[in-house]
Amino acid sequence: MQNARDLKEYKGELSGALGNEFLRTAMDNFAMAYRVSRAKAFAGMDVDGLVRDIAQAKDQAMARMDELFEEFKTQAERQGVTVHLAKTGQEANEIIGRIAEKAGVKRIVKSKSMTAEETLLNHHLEDLGLEVTETDLGEWIIQLRHEGPTHMVMPAIHLSRYQVAELFSEVTGARQEGDIQKLVKVARRELRAKYAQAEMGISGGNFAIAETGTIALCTNEGNARLVTTLPRVHVALVGLDKLTPTLTDALRVIKALPRNATGQAITSYVTWITGPGECQSSPDGKKEMHVVFLDNGRRKLAKDPVFSQVLRCVRCGACANVCPVYRLVGGHQYGHIYIGAIGLILTYFYHGREKAKNLVQNCINCGACKAVCVGGIDLPRLIKEVHARIQDEEGHPLQSQLLGMVLKSRKMFHALLRSAKAVQKPVTGGTPYLRHLPMIFARGQGFRALPAIAETPFRDRFESIKPKVKGPKLRVALFSGCVQDFVYPEQAEAAVKILAKHNVSVDFPLDQSCCGLPVQMMGEREASRSVAAQNVRAFDLDSCDYILTLCASCASHLKHGYPEILGPDCEGDPGLAATVRQFADRVIDFSSFVHDVLQVEPAEFRADGRKAAYHAPCHLCRGLGVTKAPRELMATGGLEYLPAEEEDVCCGFGGTYSMKFPELSAELLKKKLANIEKTGAELLLTDCPGCIMQLRGGLATKGSPIKVQHVAEALAERLR
Amino acid sequence: MNDKARLADLMAEKAGLVSAIVSRVKSLDEAFAYTLDVCDKKEACQLLPSGCESDLSAGAGALCDAKLGKIIAAPGLPAEAVKALGEACAGRGVGFITQGMRSHLAGIDIGFTIAEAAIAETGTFVLDSRSEELRLATMICEVHVCVVPVSAIRETSFEVEDHLRELCQDAPGYVAFITGASRTADIERVLAIGVHGPLELHILLLED
Repeated sequence: MQNARDLKEYKGELSGALGNEFLRTAMDNFAMAYRVSRAKAFAGMDVDGLVRDIAQAKDQAMARMDELFEEFKTQAERQGVTVHLAKTGQEANEIIGRIAEKAGVKRIVKSKSMTAEETLLNHHLEDLGLEVTETDLGEWIIQLRHEGPTHMVMPAIHLSRYQVAELFSEVTGARQEGDIQKLVKVARRELRAKYAQAEMGISGGNFAIAETGTIALCTNEGNARLVTTLPRVHVALVGLDKLTPTLTDALRVIKALPRNATGQAITSYVTWITGPGECQSSPDGKKEMHVVFLDNGRRKLAKDPVFSQVLRCVRCGACANVCPVYRLVGGHQYGHIYIGAIGLILTYFYHGREKAKNLVQNCINCGACKAVCVGGIDLPRLIKEVHARIQDEEGHPLQSQLLGMVLKSRKMFHALLRSAKAVQKPVTGGTPYLRHLPMIFARGQGFRALPAIAETPFRDRFESIKPKVKGPKLRVALFSGCVQDFVYPEQAEAAVKILAKHNVSVDFPLDQSCCGLPVQMMGEREASRSVAAQNVRAFDLDSCDYILTLCASCASHLKHGYPEILGPDCEGDPGLAATVRQFADRVIDFSSFVHDVLQVEPAEFRADGRKAAYHAPCHLCRGLGVTKAPRELMATGGLEYLPAEEEDVCCGFGGTYSMKFPELSAELLKKKLANIEKTGAELLLTDCPGCIMQLRGGLATKGSPIKVQHVAEALAERLR
Repeated sequence: MNDKARLADLMAEKAGLVSAIVSRVKSLDEAFAYTLDVCDKKEACQLLPSGCESDLSAGAGALCDAKLGKIIAAPGLPAEAVKALGEACAGRGVGFITQGMRSHLAGIDIGFTIAEAAIAETGTFVLDSRSEELRLATMICEVHVCVVPVSAIRETSFEVEDHLRELCQDAPGYVAFITGASRTADIERVLAIGVHGPLELHILLLED
């Protein structure tokens, strides 16, 4: 449960988590195992189609939330269920407290419910003098430890068997060993007694099915069956987002939820409860059943044009499973109550700005979460949106305001970069790296060497290298991005060399500036929009067939970010919305262009069979879905490609992220480089100058002989 | 291979993947005999690693001490089947009950049921659990034996949807999809079977 008051305190807690060896190992093992089991579980299925269907059905349902609530209520009440609607968490807790009081309840057993975690239900009931026992093993463990979950599906994933054994020794008053199978049986028998005594059972609900008034629950342990069977009162606490029109919708989600959560085809138990059935412990032989629906901002969310999609979440926890930052720091640092990417967003809506303001900054924007979300939620974008909203509400920090101001004026920005070049001499020591940065810039940056600004930016070199092409077969306009323009112009030059060979004309519109991703990342919406509009206007779409960029981050931002930022709701210039679509359609990354469009062949290159590894930039493999082209190009260019482990996991750069959270960035880089070194490659290729900056800087600091290049450079070097 | 046989094979394969023990039987009598064999081989209470050897707090331990002899519970069977299984149990000196599960919460040896339907692609069977006795029997037993008539196996969950809807509409309803034994991986992600429910699940595919 993340409660830090400010960013400094939060960073302190992150450092603490990084030092927890058990947590780090547990999380690493989990991340590696999850990847394999998820892939296996979905093998042979049309996952994209399933995700599309789920997203569409959930969107339609959420647009009818109030109507579905009424339908559910009518159906359920007809069978004798009492249906409640709570506006806030506190109200939900009070309703449940009153039900307990009225029914003369003293002891309660609970099955797992994230919604009850959201409302802090246990605290409320305990304050009323009731005994509450969690029966899901993981939930019971964290309840006994008086802490919050660190994962939505595996709440106690941060604990070792020895910690659990110690805990169970205290609970039973007898010495328990660190043998997991035995510990599970201890829980089985201790909890069996609790079921037998409880008068009330509280469950959550994975689905509230309107057509039949049914509550459906997915569990592996089967505890929900006992919780809803033995006590004479059953209360289901369910978020309004779990309302779904038909059984079909639930069955569809069940195809995806367990597979995505734990790699299971289905949970051991799926329980469908419709109305209060027989109950022998009740005086009249019949169960007393209540369904308490929780609003707590959900009805407002359902009407929000940007954020309504977060209600698609089925609480599988996959966004945490694949998050490289979660993997480093664990759930207590990566959520308030809801964990992972979805948690960063929901915290703002369900628990308020104070709890969310530090958390939302800790997203590296690698897109791993979005790629596995079964609701197809655009999590990274929404995290940035929350960040922007919080800054709009609280005021923007000076640093990001300044960056926004500078980027909005291309001339000022470029003038600054040029003057930086002039003054950097004392800190480069004649190397291509910034060696002696003043402390204010270098804090925590010792893990990688930072590159110097190039002697002559690409924009000043372009005229002299522009290919002279007569009757070109294709016309390309180059978008360099800041890094290739001012730091690594040789990468863009390498690309030009290859294009020229293929009779492609190249243009470099000089009014282009930074793509705007850095300010988008920092929550500077206004600057982000302004920079995007400038760039779209800088390109004459009639005179180019493709807009080519060698930077994966720029490419994905131009292609997918711009239509969002400058879409139909764009303020000021409605004409731009149509143009931006055409602009985005023309954007292509280097590897795809050379591989798919130019279709280069081995005969064009001098093969030397050097061993090369590949780093898949987040914004290329997930942002643009390009995976095959660069790897095949390595073979075409005559290199021996050596696959590395976790090639598509983030290198830790993340633009401004690596400046804000250098410790986390360094850890991600360490893992990445270790995987690369294991391959025995002498070359490391990738498709993004940002990644190159990070990887090259890290290898230089280590003194490694591995050479990092853009795919374009490796190909250009080998051109016949 | 005809479709029925294909679905039975798929059911057996998928259920096997989640550690269910799948066998084929030709008649209910054969299923009863199988169940009694399983019962014979297990010892009352301690046969499976249910933790009896570990010390517990006083309350939980006392509940466990209430266990007596071996018991097979089979609520919800047709009268004829109750008679047959009851006699078979008596013949082998095993207790047989069809109700009163609440006085056996510490555990019984075997819960015996017949499924309504099954979903082959996940190895799941569908059990109409509106009877409290049946629901409890399938949770407090150490071994759950479920007969799945081959004719009731469908390939996907959508094919049992209509049936599920009927069961839900005939309220009060309580339907269970069961796939493998009760399991958890909440401690260090290590799989452990039998956290709250059965420690073993046996599926008997009944050729009908």
